[in-house]
Amino acid sequence: MQTATALTRNHVERTRLESAVVRFAGDSGDGMQLTGGQFTLATALAGNDLATFPDFPAEIRAPIGTTFGVSAFQINFGAREIKTAGDLVDVLVAMNPAALKVTLKDVKPGGLLIVDSGAFSEKNLTKAGYAANPLTDGSLEGFRLLEVDMSAQTMEAVKPSGLGKKDALRCKNMWALGLIDWMFDRQRQPTVDYLTRRFGQEPAILQANLAALAAGHAFGETAELGGDHLAYTVPKAAIGPGLYRNVTGTEALAWGLVLGGQLAGLPLWFCGYPITPASALLHTLANLRNFAVATFQAEDEIAAIGAAIGASYAGSLGVTSSSGPGLALKTEAIGLAIACELPLVIVNSQRGGPSTGLPTKTEQSDLYQAVWGRNADAPLAVIASRSPGDCFDCAVEAVRIATRYMTPVILLTDGYLANASEPWKIPKVADYAPFPVQFRQDPEGFQPYLRDPETLARTWAKPGTPGLEHRIGGIERDYDSGNISYDADNHHRMTKTRAAKIDGIARELPPQRVEQGPESGEIAVVGWGSTYGPISRAVGNLLEQGHSVAHIHLRHIWPLPANLGALLQGYRRILVPEMNNGQLVTLLRAQYLVPAEALTKIAGRPFRITEIEDAILALESAK
Amino acid sequence: MNVQSPIARQPKDYASDQEVRWCPGCGDYAILKAVQKTLADLQADPAQTVFISGIGCAARFPYYLSTYGFHTIHGRAPAVATGVKLANPQLDVWVVGGDGDMLSIGGNHLLHALRRNVDLQILLFNNEIYGLTKGQYSPTSRVGTKSPSTPAGSVDLPVSALAFALGCGARFIARSFDTAPKHLPEMLKRAHAHRGAALVEILQNCIVYNDDAFEHILDRAHAAERQLFVEHGKPLLFAGGKKGLRLKPGTLSLEVVTLGEDGIGEADILLHDETDRALAGLLAALDAPAFPVAFGVLYSVEGPTYEAAVAQQGEVAHGKGPADLQALLGRGPTWLVE
Repeated sequence: MQTATALTRNHVERTRLESAVVRFAGDSGDGMQLTGGQFTLATALAGNDLATFPDFPAEIRAPIGTTFGVSAFQINFGAREIKTAGDLVDVLVAMNPAALKVTLKDVKPGGLLIVDSGAFSEKNLTKAGYAANPLTDGSLEGFRLLEVDMSAQTMEAVKPSGLGKKDALRCKNMWALGLIDWMFDRQRQPTVDYLTRRFGQEPAILQANLAALAAGHAFGETAELGGDHLAYTVPKAAIGPGLYRNVTGTEALAWGLVLGGQLAGLPLWFCGYPITPASALLHTLANLRNFAVATFQAEDEIAAIGAAIGASYAGSLGVTSSSGPGLALKTEAIGLAIACELPLVIVNSQRGGPSTGLPTKTEQSDLYQAVWGRNADAPLAVIASRSPGDCFDCAVEAVRIATRYMTPVILLTDGYLANASEPWKIPKVADYAPFPVQFRQDPEGFQPYLRDPETLARTWAKPGTPGLEHRIGGIERDYDSGNISYDADNHHRMTKTRAAKIDGIARELPPQRVEQGPESGEIAVVGWGSTYGPISRAVGNLLEQGHSVAHIHLRHIWPLPANLGALLQGYRRILVPEMNNGQLVTLLRAQYLVPAEALTKIAGRPFRITEIEDAILALESAK
Repeated sequence: MNVQSPIARQPKDYASDQEVRWCPGCGDYAILKAVQKTLADLQADPAQTVFISGIGCAARFPYYLSTYGFHTIHGRAPAVATGVKLANPQLDVWVVGGDGDMLSIGGNHLLHALRRNVDLQILLFNNEIYGLTKGQYSPTSRVGTKSPSTPAGSVDLPVSALAFALGCGARFIARSFDTAPKHLPEMLKRAHAHRGAALVEILQNCIVYNDDAFEHILDRAHAAERQLFVEHGKPLLFAGGKKGLRLKPGTLSLEVVTLGEDGIGEADILLHDETDRALAGLLAALDAPAFPVAFGVLYSVEGPTYEAAVAQQGEVAHGKGPADLQALLGRGPTWLVE
């Protein structure tokens, strides 16, 4: 059977592509995220570089067939380095009219539309808001259209399993996956393995899914779609040697926190409260109990950070996580951790806001909140990860700063980073230098706010240590004795000291480097967080075309790297693309008095490469 | 070797070097004394003892003890204490707060600390007023309380701390008052001995903003008639043994009866049963002047503590083999690029 398949595969004329963007779109119940995940795995195993963008509605099961219930998964893969999930879609798989309607605007002119014509009923067309059937009214003329009655094909294929109609139709995502696997010459075995694991206890469902997968694949072969130039091959990408896996930002972050705890020599207490899109971190860590990790689902966001602070006070590393509105609730407690100078890691998976905003859509609009969003002068460290894999190193860095400087650290990710995946070269844990925490043991000369002269971090004495009994709290304390103090000059000194401690973190940071382009010149594009991919590609493209443009990407948002001001002075213009209404740009202008200009996108979706290219070109031609 | 027997710690050994800053005559002084006496009676190890508080007059408590102490933020002490106890179950953790701290802004955290049965001693100082913010009515103030924020008198019903606690699933509730130098330490010791969340409501006089709020219960003139000290297995008698409580025939409510009247004898009086949740509910709700106010351990049943159950799950997980992060990173589909 294997041989036969291989022979057939070899007989197909395949068009060679450098890269391709595929989007699976259907109802929230159609299993599009699963389908996309399986195609991603097969694509990674085929040796392509890739990036993905899962895009799903806030409703768990929105009414079937509606546009707001559309769930989509996009993947960009190629023989070259892939930096974004792709601007425009080459191949759209639309499982119903609503999916077509919502995503058609993102499909390239001339792109391929694969639609389940069986789902284009009068009823579904009405639900999607189509006055006429787009498959027949000529409105899709600018595209290549492949109509397949996937519903009927699936029903037929799964007949032997004996499933009822409803369950049988649930397999049509596997039929679609089979077809796309064939189209891009992907191995089905990883998906077969997955289905066998998942449905091993339910033989009928397993059999049906396997049959649908095989049938979709066979359809590609037997319908001779190759003759229509619908069979492609994407050569392996030139990727650095090493052992790879796919990783989402959430997974990398969880594992990075575990490593951080190990490097610090501290047990990790993760205290969270369910909130989209941050909950996945709680789920991931809850399954790592065999490590020195424990999770606590608190009664609310405030209790979550309260318990994390309690854990840190008791000598563990407290970690809490949320998304924008939840972070707002934690704000007062963050102030307590700042005042008491306790280590704490706060992960914020940013989403569209304000208020409930766009819970499942990505945004970078909590930079102000992270850097400045507290009562009084309350500085802390803020770092931001740029890609799913980078979440790992950022988590380690957050733990390092928190414990070395006895401070809360906010780690900013976003909804995109949390859910998106990319191939990740598995790091060697042994390559990371430990930074073991030294608890105070010696009662001689002890007071709770004794500071390390270099870092200004206060000494860490944990309850249970004889002779170091002490009291801390939110009330201002005397610089020397640590006792309650309302003295005006002392408060001035303590405020300055807290600020100096955080500012001092910059001394130990590596100098800000330029990702691509000249160290000084015409335009610097300064980004942070998940805009890394599109900025990197846009700047790379324009550099190839001979433009003077550089890409600078910040991991450390606060304090900023010590050399950043001087670096920025070397460019005539500074462009700051952000998925918000202009926050880092304000910070940079305030800090360095540089004429930084904003490029904003607040659409709940990542930047397209062309949007950044266009903005750079416009800036270049502006006087 | 010259072995010296350790000198027993005295109550004063549990005082910190900080000047106590409550108003002269505040009930908190007596409670502080009772706590220090309790710690001495228990010979508590200051290094293993932690007092955690929220915000309010009562919440200054940790500063005045020589143990570990954490003065946190308004209402959140039970949450912080939960984190402390989870991270180090060996520590002996006490939570201190007032009625505003625990039943208003922090009501949610008290609810869940009790429900989860985290092994904490929670001391709720109830003075039926906001003291530190200068005298506004509180969630335990009686209807009609005139205060800066309710000049015409408050109109909302107060919450009963102990009835609330029972509703939350608390497994230990007790009540005492500030000027009970014998009874209060006994209650604190009972709370300490209880494994799990133990709530002690302490009626406390605010001399500045709500002076004599409990006068109608605590004044010597009324004390006998309006105080019922409950003890497990003993009849619910008060007024020097002349009166008692029984179930009103044909109902599920209590009534006051006088011994020797209408043929009532001691055999008719209800016996206190700390393990009877229904009785605890009836006792918690008693209010003067129609009834005496119940003091003592109203309810006490042991149950699994949260931190022990969590720790046990951890042990099970750790028992499944060594945790190898490198192996975890490589689990699942991987591919080698040469």
